[in-house]
Amino acid sequence: MNERNGIVDVDITLRVDGVEHRLTVDTRTTLLDALRERLRNTSPKKGCDHGQCGSCTVLLDGERALSCLALAVAHQGADVVTAAGLADGDGPHPLQSAFVEHDAFQCGYCTPGQIVSAVGMLAEVDAGWPSAVTGDVAGGTVTLDDEEIAERMSGNLCRCAAYANIRPAIKQVAR
Amino acid sequence: MIPFRYERPDDAAAAVDLLSREPGGAYLGGGTNLVDLMKLEVARHDVLVDVRRLTSGTIDELPGGGLRIGAAVSNSHLAADPRVRRRYPLLAQAVLAGASGQLRNMATCGGNLLQRTRCPYFQDVTTPCNKREPGSGCSAIGGHNRDHAVLGASAECVATHPSDMGTALTALDAVVRVQGPDGARTVPFGEFHRLPGDEPERDTVLGHGELITAIDVPPLPGGARSRYRKIRDRASYAFALVSAAVALEVAGGTVREVRIGLGGVAHKPWRARTAEEALRGSPATAASFRAAAEAELAAARPLPGNGFKVPLARNVVAGMLTDLAEEQR
Repeated sequence: MNERNGIVDVDITLRVDGVEHRLTVDTRTTLLDALRERLRNTSPKKGCDHGQCGSCTVLLDGERALSCLALAVAHQGADVVTAAGLADGDGPHPLQSAFVEHDAFQCGYCTPGQIVSAVGMLAEVDAGWPSAVTGDVAGGTVTLDDEEIAERMSGNLCRCAAYANIRPAIKQVAR
Repeated sequence: MIPFRYERPDDAAAAVDLLSREPGGAYLGGGTNLVDLMKLEVARHDVLVDVRRLTSGTIDELPGGGLRIGAAVSNSHLAADPRVRRRYPLLAQAVLAGASGQLRNMATCGGNLLQRTRCPYFQDVTTPCNKREPGSGCSAIGGHNRDHAVLGASAECVATHPSDMGTALTALDAVVRVQGPDGARTVPFGEFHRLPGDEPERDTVLGHGELITAIDVPPLPGGARSRYRKIRDRASYAFALVSAAVALEVAGGTVREVRIGLGGVAHKPWRARTAEEALRGSPATAASFRAAAEAELAAARPLPGNGFKVPLARNVVAGMLTDLAEEQR
């Protein structure tokens, strides 16, 4: 820790899309700003910067999270996956292909957050997590219909309103 | 955001010791509300003490069938826990009705109880607000107050508490476990949050340096059915206009036990004790449910913008109780 004029810098490490990075951050730096401004990974987007739009969504230690509300310093050593790191090998991730196939975007700004969020969401469904629209919260199985997808993806806004194509893109991969 | 030191002590006792000596400091949990308030400079802390890994992250059995929820358990993991879903459907449903999947993964259970009001004037440092700046005035009383309190408010503050989880926990008679500079103590959930009175800057009874370590939830009566319902401006990802966490046990057409928590109506998660007392031993009929809800809301003092909350809360409570009674026939 290094302090100058009240501003505090801390050395941290982050594993981003499989690559280890060492960097020094002002304690005020969000994970989103560390990714975009310091590590030049512009896949997660800064939409609202207040946790209301979902465009900054990343997988943080395996679970979807908002990088704009995470302080980099509080996630030392974390494993971060952005949309840019989802692909296994040279081809796109199945959700990325499905978004292209279904035309599930217009301007594309929210898309990396939508796709990462959908990856995290499908893992939650596989783990049997219920949602606010799951009829029997105590039951063990979830049928991922349009209503379930809309509810589980409600943290990702699309100002172009591509929702009608986002839902089938996700449903195709969920099958 | 003003500059701050970041500290991550080795254990909860060290965290309490550290923060107790830092009057401008705060604990950091998941950060979903605190980091936002720091960006807005509504919160101006010069030290953050990270406690996310210092309190329990597990949900453990208590003797007698209750559960102890570690303060660091994420909202997601609470709502996904099979025991919570089976024993306390109203709690799982309440948590799932709040925020978004991403936020629930980040937010801790301890932090959920300490989130601040979403009153737009509280979050806007250019406007007067007694909660943010004591003595500066309340902008909501003469301003936009559609989202504000109808029960238990004061001339100083009409903010509502935003927690869905808290609305269920008050109905469940939960107990908050706290560690502080003078040792550990427990606080019954109904006494944990405060009404605004003339100190709206104090949301809870916690003193500076006190740390939530766990939340104990006793079992509901065996025959009770429970449910959470949330009314809001859009179908998902919005705060409650009115919400209700209700549990009901009916035997032989009579109310044996009933619990009612209300959200979106007061400065704290509101326990509808007047309605509960009216109902215990009464016939489990739509008429008595409606009368009990009306008795509770007789104390309501709506503002120019939120009169709709009174009949809305009445109808939600009466409707939920009627449904739960119907299901126990």
